[in-house]
Amino acid sequence: MNKNVMVIGGGPCGLEASAQLHKMGYNVILIEKEKQLGGHLAKWDRLFPEGIPAREVLDTLIERINGVKCFTETEVVSINLLDKEYNVILSNGITVLSKAVLMTSGFDLFPAEKKEEYGYGIYDRVITNADLENYFKSKNDARIAENPKRIGFVHCVGSRDEKAGNRHCSKVCCATAVKQACEIKALFPDAEVFCFYMDLRMFGRGYEDMYLKAQRDYGIRFIRGRVSEVSETIDRQVIVKAEDTLSGKPLKVTLDLLVLMAGMQNSQAGIRVGNKIGMKRSEDGFFTTKGSILSLQECDKAGIFYAGACTGPKTLPETLNEARAAAISVHNYFYDTEN
Amino acid sequence: MDFGFSLSPSSRIDLDLFDRERFRQLTELEPDVLKCMACGSCTATCTAGKFAKNSLRSAILCLQNGQQAQALEYLKPCMLCGKCFMVCPRGINTRHLILSILKIYGDTK
Repeated sequence: MNKNVMVIGGGPCGLEASAQLHKMGYNVILIEKEKQLGGHLAKWDRLFPEGIPAREVLDTLIERINGVKCFTETEVVSINLLDKEYNVILSNGITVLSKAVLMTSGFDLFPAEKKEEYGYGIYDRVITNADLENYFKSKNDARIAENPKRIGFVHCVGSRDEKAGNRHCSKVCCATAVKQACEIKALFPDAEVFCFYMDLRMFGRGYEDMYLKAQRDYGIRFIRGRVSEVSETIDRQVIVKAEDTLSGKPLKVTLDLLVLMAGMQNSQAGIRVGNKIGMKRSEDGFFTTKGSILSLQECDKAGIFYAGACTGPKTLPETLNEARAAAISVHNYFYDTEN
Repeated sequence: MDFGFSLSPSSRIDLDLFDRERFRQLTELEPDVLKCMACGSCTATCTAGKFAKNSLRSAILCLQNGQQAQALEYLKPCMLCGKCFMVCPRGINTRHLILSILKIYGDTK
């Protein structure tokens, strides 16, 4: 019997699902379009809420896929259903016949330059959450002044914003912003750090404690107001405008560094694969699951499965849980169609 | 006799004063008024807001809190430039909403 399972996307979700399916005796073929495995996790420095190094987590996940057939720098060229199996042609010339296809294509960060009023790519002192993670890893970014005195974080950049085409909440950026605010304060103890938020969504275990720490131990200032626009001074500092909605007054502050918390949207690469076979997407752009409670890992097309952020923003632990749940869903599918 | 103190009117929000009928008329004309999440972008970006108390967000809140007259005060300095329309993340047609509020609540004291 052909027990091939095609897994599309080699981020943490694809890695974990592949490891589980491999253990269950399936012949897993994992593809990743980039040179390196790990997706966004490979670019991150430390993870909320405890600050565990992303590298440690990724190394463990990669160790676990020992024995899985894995092709990097490989994309799907075509995919179609032949009788009861999917015929997947890969860009490396290999063709796979697979009864089950698992989409773990993840997310793209919202391109912050689209919110022109925030000045990303225009002003020198404006960076994104991803840029800051890269700075934490490399300690090298020309946009970050030697000793910034005032630093701001803008929550919900390209999230909860109909004009950016994303009405949804990206879920993880609040916790990421609080984490990064503490980290940058630790790096520059003299700096004042501000977070501009609309609602703080500290929903996960340990997140509220992280928020409390940010206030009490790091002295981060939380300002309840969405930044409406950013401009640049002659000294290349940035002036941020918001309303302090708690006091009901417009507010401005001059900053040496502004960090934009770019949100999540469905990945372009994932959408390209989905379009080849007509996977449905919801209004938020993410793939539509068969059900919203009982069948989150399934597509309405038999044999196609989803896990992770391709069906909506998720934290890393949630994504890993979905990867395991998807492995079981795939297993049940094989079981049900063979018995 | 002057004891050096006097009664002052209550500044507490009284939801019993909420004008349900007028708010219904407003939502009929402007269903988007219910979409405001009080982010403050309109107030922050307002060209008049730096000099005068002008805030659509606060006006909407006042209407929902039964403070109709105060709501109108928050819109008085508005020059209808429409800048808030550009920044609203919920896509509310703010300019149109302001005109509708004035139409429906304009005669409140």
